[in-house]
Amino acid sequence: MMFRTMLMAGAMAVGALGISGASAADNKEVQMLHWWTSGGEAAALNVLKQYLAKEGYAWKDVPVAGGGGEAAMTTLKAMVAGGNPPTASQILGYFALDYAEAGKLADVSPLAEKEGWAKVIPTALQKFTTTSGKWNAVPINIHSVNWIWVNKPLMDKIGGKQPTNFDEFVVLLDKAKAAGAIPLALGGQPWQEATMFDSVVMSTGGTDFYKKAFIDLDERALKSETMKKSFDNLAKLRGYVDPNYAGRDWNLATAMVIKGDALLQVMGDWAKGEFKTADKEPGRDYLCYRFPGTDGTVIYNTDMFALFDVSADRKAAQLALADATMNPDVQSGFNVIKGSVPARTDVPDTAFDMCGKKGIADVKAANAKGTFVGSLAQNYAQPPAIGTGAYHDVVTKFFHGEIKTSNDAVAELVKAIDAAK
Amino acid sequence: MTTTTEPTVAPMVGIPRRELRDRLRDLIPRLVLAPSFALMLVFVYGFNLWTLLLSFTNSKAFTNLNLVGLANYQKLWTWTFQADPPSNWYTALVNMGLFGGLYVAFCLFLGLTLAILLDQKIRGEGILRPIYLYPLALSFIVTGTAWKLFLDPRIGLEKAVHDLGWSSFHFDWVVNPRMMIYCVAIAGVWQTSGFVMAMFLAALRGIDSEILKAAQIDGASAYATYRRIVIPIMRPVFMSALIILTHMAIKSYDLVLSVTGKNPGGAAELPSTFMYSYTFTRNQMAVGSTSAVIMLMTIAAIMIPYLYSELREKHQ
Repeated sequence: MMFRTMLMAGAMAVGALGISGASAADNKEVQMLHWWTSGGEAAALNVLKQYLAKEGYAWKDVPVAGGGGEAAMTTLKAMVAGGNPPTASQILGYFALDYAEAGKLADVSPLAEKEGWAKVIPTALQKFTTTSGKWNAVPINIHSVNWIWVNKPLMDKIGGKQPTNFDEFVVLLDKAKAAGAIPLALGGQPWQEATMFDSVVMSTGGTDFYKKAFIDLDERALKSETMKKSFDNLAKLRGYVDPNYAGRDWNLATAMVIKGDALLQVMGDWAKGEFKTADKEPGRDYLCYRFPGTDGTVIYNTDMFALFDVSADRKAAQLALADATMNPDVQSGFNVIKGSVPARTDVPDTAFDMCGKKGIADVKAANAKGTFVGSLAQNYAQPPAIGTGAYHDVVTKFFHGEIKTSNDAVAELVKAIDAAK
Repeated sequence: MTTTTEPTVAPMVGIPRRELRDRLRDLIPRLVLAPSFALMLVFVYGFNLWTLLLSFTNSKAFTNLNLVGLANYQKLWTWTFQADPPSNWYTALVNMGLFGGLYVAFCLFLGLTLAILLDQKIRGEGILRPIYLYPLALSFIVTGTAWKLFLDPRIGLEKAVHDLGWSSFHFDWVVNPRMMIYCVAIAGVWQTSGFVMAMFLAALRGIDSEILKAAQIDGASAYATYRRIVIPIMRPVFMSALIILTHMAIKSYDLVLSVTGKNPGGAAELPSTFMYSYTFTRNQMAVGSTSAVIMLMTIAAIMIPYLYSELREKHQ
């Protein structure tokens, strides 16, 4: 098997470059495992593919049966366990750290130092791209979850203005309700409710509280009055959704805002892709605000490429991929299409729309101020056992009334987190 | 495989000339069965044991072998009785009972009823039979999505009835976390009852018409004939149907996810979804393995005595 791949690699190199003789031939193929298959995502990834093609590297997708991220993670686990890792894989949050701790990732620190990545990638994010000072993953984008997406014509009709704190937010939602529109488009699935709750906690308690509760898992903070108030605020939002929200997919909720059935949606900036597909312009058809009371903070998640410890002949291609991913032009081109913002703070924002420009400025400012924090719902504050596990459970059970009071909710949250540790 | 290399003790050892041929004849079924037997041994029973082992460890995202004794079982045991607020495991068990019970009962009932009605030598049976059987050709995810859309109050049944003029009609089970599991059962019954019907119909056709004629001559009513003669004769079919339905209920996964839309409020949990999410998305592989072991034990506790009694009866 090994022999055959090497032979093939050799044959390819000979064919492509005309090199003959006994020199160790580099494998010019980048094997990439990812689940960006939908139109916009694939187009964004094409920017990277084309850049690599210019450098003379061939791109090969690793097929994943079933599509989504979960299936891909299962495939990846099997490939790594079988000793045949891809050159790189799209990866989320703590999964990267799991592989790093298991010693399965490559070390690209020399390249990182040469290119000065540590200076341009937000500090908090580097937690996921480095382990004990070694670089073993590269971030391609930054998403953030504390956004609201507002239908502009509807906003104008009800005479609403940008809310700057939670109380004003409630006033705005009331206005929409009085006008007969659905105030809040929500998909009642655990991850969507939890993602919204990230913003609610940030808005209610501020950055320091968010960090204490969700990053440090400080029990006093988790049980505090502020956390109870956050749950109470979440309960208030329950009054503004339509009766059929349970189980709705997020993009259908976005469609309700696009069509003007609903005033707004609280969702990460991947929602922008839906507006774009529907030919909607920011500022004209829709508005992007930070979740009221969270302006100046960024609750992020990011897509990274984990670089696996591959055989020596594949290292050059891997370095080329890492270098290309961090290239400012690639970052700009990719993120303009994907709707996210570049993972490095020094990329010019000229090609981006107004929401993207705001996103880039926010990331820069938040990184400088220390208000750039990981999303608990998206597993960037805690490992999945706590994020997807304990947190999603308690938030969704509270939102759907299985947990009745905010008192019970904080008690359950602490209990569930302890059980998941 | 040891079974294939073992010298066969042929019954006709005494006749040497025929020995080779007989031995070969005895050997061939074993040889043919050996590969699948070996595969089963490793990939079913081997991995059962592996799962059992994992359930005693504290494996998280990856497997490890740090034994922690019965800690995971204790965890699940406490969750079993945690009803307010319901733990995921409690919800999973309650839902399994509701969904499994309704699914099996309604499939058997509808399947038998349809089979008996179709067996009345009606016209057009050749068209009706495949119509009832057809849903089985769909995958569960298609069935689930279709039923989710059909039952969605905003676009489906409720809206259609409202448009017809009956505006007080209200049916929102599919978006009500407490009622969702019943919608899963409805979709499941729709998909499978035709298949159960086909099984019963085949059995009905297999019944000796002499017996039925004798019953008729004795003056038995149609109801009494079915109740006292036909249905008791079909007992083995009931058992096959029951086994098939039970395992379909227990392993159903895609159906519940597609109908309920990713488990809102944690109310649509089933043991299978619980197992998958703890093992693969929550990185608590040990807890997932424990739930898998408990599922296996539960099925075994039901099926083994049943199979045993059925098989023993046959021998007598």
